[in-house]
Amino acid sequence: MVVFAVAGLLLAAATGLASAQADEPAAVPPQRVVSMNLCTDQLAMMLAARGQLISVSDLAADPDTSPMHEQGRNYPANHGGAEEIYLLRPDLVVAGTYSDPTVVAMLRRLGIRVAQLDIVRTLDEVPERLATMGALLGRQDAAAAQIADFDAALAALSAPPDGPRAAFYFPNGYTLGTGTLSHDILTTAGYRHIADELGRSASGRLALELLIIADPEFVITSSPYPGASRSEALLEHPAFAAVVGARGAFISSNDWICGTPLVLNALRDLVEARE
Amino acid sequence: MRVFVILSALVVILFGASLLIGPAGFGPAESLRALLGEQGDAVTLVMREIRLPRAILGVMVGISLGLSGAALQGYLRNPLAEPGLIGVSGSAALGAVIALQTGVAASFALALPLAALTGALIAVFLILALAGPRGGSLTLILAGIAISALAGALTSLALNLSPNPFAVSEIIFWMMGSLADRSFTHVWLALPFMAVGWVLLARLGRGLDALTLGEDAAEALGIRLDRLRLMLVLGVAASVGAATAVAGAIGFVGLVVPHMLRPFVGARPGALLWASALGGAAMVLAADIAVRLVLPDRDLQLGVLMAIVGAPLFLHLIYKTRRQL
Repeated sequence: MVVFAVAGLLLAAATGLASAQADEPAAVPPQRVVSMNLCTDQLAMMLAARGQLISVSDLAADPDTSPMHEQGRNYPANHGGAEEIYLLRPDLVVAGTYSDPTVVAMLRRLGIRVAQLDIVRTLDEVPERLATMGALLGRQDAAAAQIADFDAALAALSAPPDGPRAAFYFPNGYTLGTGTLSHDILTTAGYRHIADELGRSASGRLALELLIIADPEFVITSSPYPGASRSEALLEHPAFAAVVGARGAFISSNDWICGTPLVLNALRDLVEARE
Repeated sequence: MRVFVILSALVVILFGASLLIGPAGFGPAESLRALLGEQGDAVTLVMREIRLPRAILGVMVGISLGLSGAALQGYLRNPLAEPGLIGVSGSAALGAVIALQTGVAASFALALPLAALTGALIAVFLILALAGPRGGSLTLILAGIAISALAGALTSLALNLSPNPFAVSEIIFWMMGSLADRSFTHVWLALPFMAVGWVLLARLGRGLDALTLGEDAAEALGIRLDRLRLMLVLGVAASVGAATAVAGAIGFVGLVVPHMLRPFVGARPGALLWASALGGAAMVLAADIAVRLVLPDRDLQLGVLMAIVGAPLFLHLIYKTRRQL
């Protein structure tokens, strides 16, 4: 058993080394960087030198999903297609792990360097992503400064876990499990997440009945999109209104979506909502 | 009379079962106490605001579809006539989707069922105009296919054009139907229209019985055929329109139920009307219980289950009537 554990550790260390090498700064920092994912857009806009970032995804300028939409409007938008990204002649493309794999594969076949950043599942991973993006762009100093600010602000906002019992409830009855960034934001702000009581580590549908029986004191939902949908109509159900109570549901902003230092705004909103 | 008692008992039992079955499992005694007892706690909220409206809607939608199927089959003297198959439900869904996506449904409360009713009305008129008074199977089915396809395509288009990212995934709801997460809002929205439709259709009994002897004989018996036809069109449109507006297009109920009950009421279209109303209610309740038992965590659509039961029967009926085709 011990042998296996040691072997596992060695393996982990070796792969850790390998990925660290992949993030090693290039001898010359890239000059034409294209981002094709909402979250890498934000990290790149925060860290890139003037003129280094030449295009961001079209979502970056969308006020519903992007907290940096005003800044996002200053960059030409791409729509995640291999052809249009290739024609921008980038020397580095930053994408998410779940970006369209056919596009990523094609860009790599065409000889373009594509770096994929994983989804952030805990607040601890935010500094890691900042460091990775800093290394990719050759902007380690800027990243280090952001990381120091983030760590200090996070420590100041962390609260003991004695807050109200809270639940996420989105259109279609979609709720978040314990293995998500939103769960970490919620619990860091001192709330107790009902997913812990229900033992739900994965996100997914939660029947309205079960939400009512769980009886949370605080419900977090999303703001409705324009147009009508049955999925969102669930949030107008009288039983949901009764659970939410007179104070109404807390609307999660676009600061919650990506694991960037902007999650501090989400955390701050939650801490204020407690008071 | 025995059929009436058996069907009523079945509806009552299934209604009770529908109230007791759900993801939050609590015992029958606790459920009943919560339903009848004092307001306040979570179980009461679940019973009164989630399960009760769902079970009531199941009954209402079932009555509407069963009654409409029996009435259409009686008038056209064709066992293949059914609101879902001839495109009435699909057109009602189109009307409802247009009302929702243009925002008309939000402007005043009755806009949604009214729009669905209008969609259904257009489809019934088209079908009756095309199929003629005798309701030949070939024209009926071909016209039904064309109207269903067009309504389905336009429904998809309207949902694809919606600025709402959830709308596209709801194409399946509008085409297959579901009673999940409906509330008393939907009950009150649909009930007035359905009630009018039920009254219109229930009064067709004598006319439909007379019509089995042929148009001339029916007129000789004092049945005014143009009036009968108008009541049928309005009754089907009102009940199917309201049902579709709140529960989506649920097919095959109006086909399966009259077919199963016809031997028990002595093949009299008039008696088949109320029998099919009760049978439809039982069928929709049973299907809605089944979708909750089969896949409790997923939103399985009612129409999926109905098609699995109904489509083989439909093929069987086509096989039997193919000589007329």
